[in-house]
Amino acid sequence: MSLLEMKHINKKFDNLEVIKDISVSVKEGEILSIIGPSGSGKSTLLRCATMLEEIDGGEICYMGERAAWMEGKKACHPGKEAMKRIQEYFGLVFQSFNLFPHYSVMKNLTDAPINIQKRNKDEVYKEARELLKKMGLEDKEDAYPCQLSGGQCQRVAIARALALNPKILFFDEPTSALDPELTGEVLKVIRSLADLDITMVIVTHEMAFAREISDRVIFMDKGVVELEGTPDEVFTSGHGRMQEFLGKFNQR
Amino acid sequence: MEFSVMLGQLAEGMVQSICIFALTLIFSLPLGLLVSFGRMSKNRIVSTIFRIYISIMRGTPLMLQLLVVFYGPFYLFGANIGGMYRFIAIILGFSLNYAAYFAEIYRSGIESMPRGQYEAAKVLGYNGRQTFMKIILPQVIKRILPSVTNEVITLVKDTSLAFALAYMEMFTIAKQIAAANTTFVPFIVAGVFYYVFNLLVAVVMEGIEKKLNYYH
Repeated sequence: MSLLEMKHINKKFDNLEVIKDISVSVKEGEILSIIGPSGSGKSTLLRCATMLEEIDGGEICYMGERAAWMEGKKACHPGKEAMKRIQEYFGLVFQSFNLFPHYSVMKNLTDAPINIQKRNKDEVYKEARELLKKMGLEDKEDAYPCQLSGGQCQRVAIARALALNPKILFFDEPTSALDPELTGEVLKVIRSLADLDITMVIVTHEMAFAREISDRVIFMDKGVVELEGTPDEVFTSGHGRMQEFLGKFNQR
Repeated sequence: MEFSVMLGQLAEGMVQSICIFALTLIFSLPLGLLVSFGRMSKNRIVSTIFRIYISIMRGTPLMLQLLVVFYGPFYLFGANIGGMYRFIAIILGFSLNYAAYFAEIYRSGIESMPRGQYEAAKVLGYNGRQTFMKIILPQVIKRILPSVTNEVITLVKDTSLAFALAYMEMFTIAKQIAAANTTFVPFIVAGVFYYVFNLLVAVVMEGIEKKLNYYH
């Protein structure tokens, strides 16, 4: 069974079709990268998957459970209880981190597990400390986001998403707001997650990284999936648009 | 009139002024938040009603509003406006007026919050109420504090408008003493009182601002 199943997704902003009939499924343990030029709809697809945007067509299922579908022209979601359960299947890491600035690093990680998931406090703290250690931030638990570098912020954001024990983690251009040095440290952390068999969907402009880490790569352009396959298949394909896109990257 | 007697009478007025000040804040700060919700409502009818409310409250003199609240029930319904009603009318008038100003301050703060904060909270499972109370409101309070301080300082001075309803607060008493004894002294005492009161307000608000300065 697929962990995430997106079927025939359509998304329009006013009259602009951003996503045109895209179907994606993600198996448990799989790492999927989505690449493509800016404005190709990659981020929008992620935002649809995480229900930050309403779909205009198609259906989204997590673990076989319907999370969004169409009734007439309106997107529908299941009831409160089911939605809460589905929400816990996934986590999202934003391009701009979106940490809570008034909370310490520790509170950023623990507030939702304790107050939303109602889990045991001591257990949550213990897990959070382990997560911070994994992120190389064990000495930062009392710091506030404004005292951290961009790379550290993004690592906190990754830890915050992981603290809720999601089955699948989405990354929306996690390094686009960072300089090359900080990008390196964040990519290292994401790589270390790959070793833990966490299912991940990564929207990225880091081509070498995508090629190295992914089980499968999707190349999107103008709202459609142009190419899909193993990293080698996609990166060495003779597909014109893909070659053009890669060429621009290699010229840099 | 002896200075100490005058001071005693003025002190009684000060207590009343502080009462008006404190009660107005207690009622108008939460009320302002509700009004700002109404103003930002997606329902066009609701938002229009609150838009008009704010417009009238900000567009007419507070002194006039106090008179309307106090005498209105008598002229409209022939209601009894004696006894405690004078004080109630003052608190009601001040609270309704200040709620309108606070509502616009809240709105400016709430609308300045980046969308990412709402989105992060949503993905982490916070519901709408939790998102507002835990994530948005604390940050909004920090952002709007300087504007709120401005309003609070204005309120200290505005309490003197209660003299329009002949309520025995500081300024009303000062005027009476001045008229009865042909002396200028009570006005000076009143001025010092308002100034020191506001100095205190400024110090307290600055303290709160400092306390919230641990992040930006």
